[in-house]
Amino acid sequence: MYVYADNAATTKLRPEALEAFVRTAEEYYGNPSSLHTAGQRAKEELNRCRERVAAALGGTAREIVFTSGGSESDNQAILSAAYFGARKGKRKIVSTAIEHHAVLHTLEKLKKEGFEIVLLPVGERGIVSAADAEREIDDDTCLVSVMLANNEIGTIQPVKEIGAICRARKVPFHTDAVQAVGHMPVNVKELNCDYLALSAHKFGGPRGVGALYVRTGTPLKNLIEGGAQENGRRAGTENLPAIAAMTVALETSLSRLPAYTKRVSALRDELIDNLSKIPHCALNGDREARLPGNVSFCFEGIEGESLLLLLDEEGICASSGSACTSGSLDPSHVLLAIGRVHDVAHGSLRLTLGEDTTEEDVAYLSEKIPRVVEYLRNMSPVWRDLKEGKRTYIL
Amino acid sequence: MSLYSEKVMDHFKHPRNVGVIENADGVGEVGNAKCGDIMKIYLKIDGDIISDVKFETFGCGSAIASSSMATELIKGKPLSEALTLTNKAVAEALDGLPAYKMHCSVLAEEAIKAAIKDYYEKNGIEYDRELFKESSCAHCEDHE
Ligand SMILES: Cc1ncc(COP(=O)(O)O)c(C=O)c1O
Repeated sequence: MYVYADNAATTKLRPEALEAFVRTAEEYYGNPSSLHTAGQRAKEELNRCRERVAAALGGTAREIVFTSGGSESDNQAILSAAYFGARKGKRKIVSTAIEHHAVLHTLEKLKKEGFEIVLLPVGERGIVSAADAEREIDDDTCLVSVMLANNEIGTIQPVKEIGAICRARKVPFHTDAVQAVGHMPVNVKELNCDYLALSAHKFGGPRGVGALYVRTGTPLKNLIEGGAQENGRRAGTENLPAIAAMTVALETSLSRLPAYTKRVSALRDELIDNLSKIPHCALNGDREARLPGNVSFCFEGIEGESLLLLLDEEGICASSGSACTSGSLDPSHVLLAIGRVHDVAHGSLRLTLGEDTTEEDVAYLSEKIPRVVEYLRNMSPVWRDLKEGKRTYIL
Repeated sequence: MSLYSEKVMDHFKHPRNVGVIENADGVGEVGNAKCGDIMKIYLKIDGDIISDVKFETFGCGSAIASSSMATELIKGKPLSEALTLTNKAVAEALDGLPAYKMHCSVLAEEAIKAAIKDYYEKNGIEYDRELFKESSCAHCEDHE
């Protein structure tokens, strides 16, 4: 049996997207910047994609910039707002403790350049409070950045409310919607955002392509200088086959969203119920306000990397926030932010279900995971100490 | 997964000498749950020979494989020989470890030394303190 349960890392390319990729590469081989017929045909196709992506998000074509993915979109949005803010003497940025590194590392860089960075706490449920955000916004604030859904624990953030506060206070608002697009309704108007980042490979499109929504009138600075592509906002010959594949993947995801949400949420809930029966474990993140496919647990007494390796042996692809899987000394900042101490944060497991996940997959995961956890616990001196009362259970 | 050598995967999937020795002659535990790895070694000693050894490990794949390999390398050996086991020898016996996982082999070396030291101390045997340096895990407190 083989179960791919790492859809938050990346998704399998949708057949419709692959078909669009190949067709576009064959048919629209011209360079959209060329004046001849082949070039102009490619340009028309590029514009159609832009319109379709804009329509899917509730924006207009002029507001869409195609990029190389989520990281670039996040970088461009944040650096633009910071740059324009600094010109007006505003140097404070409000964000959250659970953002993706594409956001956090960009903020760290800005901090070194003299910006004041405030990372809001998210509490045990892994959800930031809009009131906390409102309290931090002041006349020096040049940007608020809050992700729509978290990549590790799947929690959905009150982006709409925070967006409304920012709009009222006239502070630019960015949301990293990389994990959300294709997995929950996303409408830039409803979310009141000025910048929104998305990445194709999280919803069945190819890797290395994404988009940044930039609301009309919101400043944008180039990260990549060169030609006048993307209305002068991102240089480089457009990756048209990937853009077309992303467009089709987005439309396909949205057309299936109601059915997907219903079916995958039910599988998720079943898996959460089944894994919750393992003694001394805890679900990470709020049970209700979470992405349809996200299941994240901490298991006491074991370490995540060995868990992943053994699950891989059983044909299960999953992920963990343990330090050993990241090559760093510390476990995931997201798990620490929701109050998991190091000892248990090392024992985390993330399973992210997707469109291809079946009932049988959930049954298989529910059967194998408790066994592997038990096997590892039986060779763990930490678990022995817990059982013998020499150490106290945290979970 | 090709992160590890076949040897590492073999020792990880089929660890040798897992378990405990009741009334062990020497027990050594090193590491720290906060860092994500703890190794515990149990020794049975007959005369000067390690007649049996078992381990328990909380940690990543290479930590479990290092413990397993280290126990194999010292089983049936005199204490004097076990004391010369280096982390490099453990890593080499495993056909290498990724650079950032070398500390797992260090823990294995230290766990064995800690168990031998425990045996010496329990039995009032004189030993050369130079052979037992402070655990490298003391640095763990550095990353709060
Ligand atoms: C929340 C979030 N933001 C940003 C990214 C980065 O996206 P990309 O891999 O397309 O650069 C990811 C993907 O790992 C993500 O999950």
